[in-house]
Amino acid sequence: MTYPEDPMDTTIVPPRLSAGLSLHPSGATHGGENTPVIDLADVAVWYGDYQAVRGVSMPVARNQITAMIGPSGCGKSTVLRSLNRMNDLIGGARVTGVVSYHGQDLYARDVDPIEVRRRIGMVFQKPNPFPKSIYDNVTYGLKVNKMDTGRTDDLVEQALRGAALWDEVKDKLKTSALALSGGQQQRLCIARTIAVRPEVILMDEPCSALDPIATGKIEDLMHELAASYTIVIVTHNMQQAARVSHRTAFFTAELDDAGVRHGRLVEFNDTGRIFTNPADKRTEDYITGRFG
Amino acid sequence: MTSTSQKVAGIPAAPSVRRGRPRLGEKAIEALLVLAAIVSVATTVGIVISLAVPTVEFFGTVSLGEFVTETLWTPLFAEKHYGVLPLLVATLIVTAIAVTIAIPVGLGSAIYLSEYAGNRTRAFLKPILEILAGIPTVVYGFFALLAVNPWLRDIWPSQTKPEFQNMLVAGIAMGLMIVPTVASLAEDAMTAVPRSLREGAYALASTKMQVSTRVVLPAALSGIVAAIVLGISRALGETMIVTIAAGLKTDGIIVNPIDGAATMTAYIAGAGQGDLPVDSLDYLTIFAVGSTLFLFTLALNALSIRMVRRFREVYE
Ligand SMILES: Nc1ncnc2c1ncn2[C@@H]1O[C@H](COP(=O)(O)OP(=O)(O)OP(=O)(O)O)[C@@H](O)[C@H]1O
Ligand SMILES: [Mg+2]
Repeated sequence: MTYPEDPMDTTIVPPRLSAGLSLHPSGATHGGENTPVIDLADVAVWYGDYQAVRGVSMPVARNQITAMIGPSGCGKSTVLRSLNRMNDLIGGARVTGVVSYHGQDLYARDVDPIEVRRRIGMVFQKPNPFPKSIYDNVTYGLKVNKMDTGRTDDLVEQALRGAALWDEVKDKLKTSALALSGGQQQRLCIARTIAVRPEVILMDEPCSALDPIATGKIEDLMHELAASYTIVIVTHNMQQAARVSHRTAFFTAELDDAGVRHGRLVEFNDTGRIFTNPADKRTEDYITGRFG
Repeated sequence: MTSTSQKVAGIPAAPSVRRGRPRLGEKAIEALLVLAAIVSVATTVGIVISLAVPTVEFFGTVSLGEFVTETLWTPLFAEKHYGVLPLLVATLIVTAIAVTIAIPVGLGSAIYLSEYAGNRTRAFLKPILEILAGIPTVVYGFFALLAVNPWLRDIWPSQTKPEFQNMLVAGIAMGLMIVPTVASLAEDAMTAVPRSLREGAYALASTKMQVSTRVVLPAALSGIVAAIVLGISRALGETMIVTIAAGLKTDGIIVNPIDGAATMTAYIAGAGQGDLPVDSLDYLTIFAVGSTLFLFTLALNALSIRMVRRFREVYE
C-alpha cells in the first residue's frame, strides 16, 4: 500500500486558542512541511498521585495518520486524551511537560479547552451517538459552535458523505441514530466530528467494537480523511496500525524501582520501520507477538 | 445444585440434568412476592371503592352540575352551597406557585449537582437534600406563617398587604418543600446518563451548560418529568401547609394569591375532624372532594406518561 509521502503543502494561518496575543514569540513560520501540528515534549500524565505515563516526546505530522500501539494499560488513551484536554474532565488528572499545538502550549493558562476541542476532535472506542436523530447528531456540533448559519442541510450531507455514510442514511435522516448498526454509528460519530471542521481527529480504538467489514470501511475512510485532516489513532490491532498509519508510536508499561507501573513511549518512527526493523528489542517482541 | 449422578464401576456416569429435590424455598419466596403484590393492588382497589361509594351517594343529593358550576362552597354553613370551584381554584393557584418555584430551583440544583459539583461537594450536598425532603410538612406550614409571611408583608410594595393566611405564602412554602424531591430525583436521572454521551458532547467543543441542557437533560427527560410529576402530586395532595398557611376560607372563588383560601385538601382536613355524623351529606362532601382530587392526580399522571413517550430520548 502506498501513502502520500508529502503532506499537502498549504500555508495555513495558525489558529489562536486564547483571547490574548498569539503565543509564538517570533511569529515563526508555521505550516511548513516539517512543522508538526502537535508536538509533545517530555509529557507525563498523572491521575492524582499516580503517574500513569511519562517521558513522551513525539511530533504529530500534518495530514498523516499517527498510530499509537502498545499493551493494555500502557497509557495510549491517556496520552491521546491529553491532546485535546479531554483529561480535564477527570478529577485529579494533570499533565506535565509541554503539549504544543502550532507552537502554542495547550496547557497554558489562557488557553480555552473548548477552542482546543473545536480544532482537535475525538472519536471514541465505543460508538456514542446522541440519542437523537441522525440529522441532529450531525448538527449538534454545528449548533454549539454557531456554525449552523444557513445551509445546514448541505453541511449535514457533506459531513455524512465525508464519513462514507450518506448513501446508507440519506432516506432516514430523521430517525434515531441508535437504530443504526455499530459500524454505521461509528461513522456517524466521525461525521459529526468532521462537521465542525477540526484540524486534527483523535481516534481511540475506533474499530474495536466493530466486525471486520465495518472495520475495513472505517480504515478506508481514514485514508480518505488523511487528505484533509491530521489523524492520531490508538489501536490494539497491529495489522491495522501497519495498514493505515504513516508513523507509529510504541508504548509499554514498566515497573519502576518502587514497583509502580508507569507507561512510557519506547519508540516512535515511520510505520514501515517500526514493523520491519524496530530499533528497540521491546518493540520487536511486541510486534512479533512475543510480548507478555 | 442437586447432582445425583452415581458412578458405576467401569462405566463413567453421565452427568445428570434431571430434577432433584424440589426447591421449596423458591416456591415460598414466590408465594410471598405474589402476596405482597396482591396486598398493594387490593389496597388501591379498596381505597378507590371507599372513595367511589360515598361519592356516588353524594351525587344522589347534589347534582353534578351544581358541583362543578356553583361558585360557593359552604356545606357547613346555614345556607349550603356545593360548588367545588373555590376549592379547585385555590388548589391550582397554590400548586402553580409551588411548581413555579420548584421546577427552576429543583432542576437548577439537579444540574449543579450532577454536572458542575465535584465529587466531594456532591457527597456533602446530596444527603442534605435528602434530609430536607424528610422535614415534616407541619414545620413548613408554620415556617410559612410565622417566618415567610411577615417578611413578605414587610417587603410587599403595595398598600394592600397579604392577608395573615394567604395562598402565595403557602405556595412558596410548598415549593420549597418539593424542591428536594424534584432535585434529588432529577439528579438521579441525570447521573444515570452514560458518561460516554457527555464525552462525545465535550469532544465537539460544548460548554458545560451545553452538555447539561442539550445532551444530559433530554436524555434524562423521562426521569426528570417523573420527578416533576411526583413533585406536583405531592403539592396537590399536601394538606398541612395549606391548612396552616392558606386558611380555610371557602366562600367564593378567590384568585388573588395574597388572599387566603381553602384548597381541596385543607377543606377535607378541616371538615373531617370527627364531629360530622357519618352518612350525613356534610360527611359525604369529604369524599366528593377527595374523588375530585384523585381524578386530578390521575389525569396528571396520564398526561405525564404521554409527554414522556413523545419527547424522551432513549439511550441504549
Ligand atoms: N480515570 C483514571 N483514573 C485513574 N487512573 C486511570 C484513569 N484512566 C486510566 N488510568 C490508569 O492509567 C493507566 C493507563 O491507562 P490507559 O487507559 O491510558 O491505557 P491504555 O493504553 O489506553 O489501555 P487500553 O489498551 O486497555 O485501552 C492505567 O494504569 C490505568 O489504570
Ligand atoms: Mg485505551
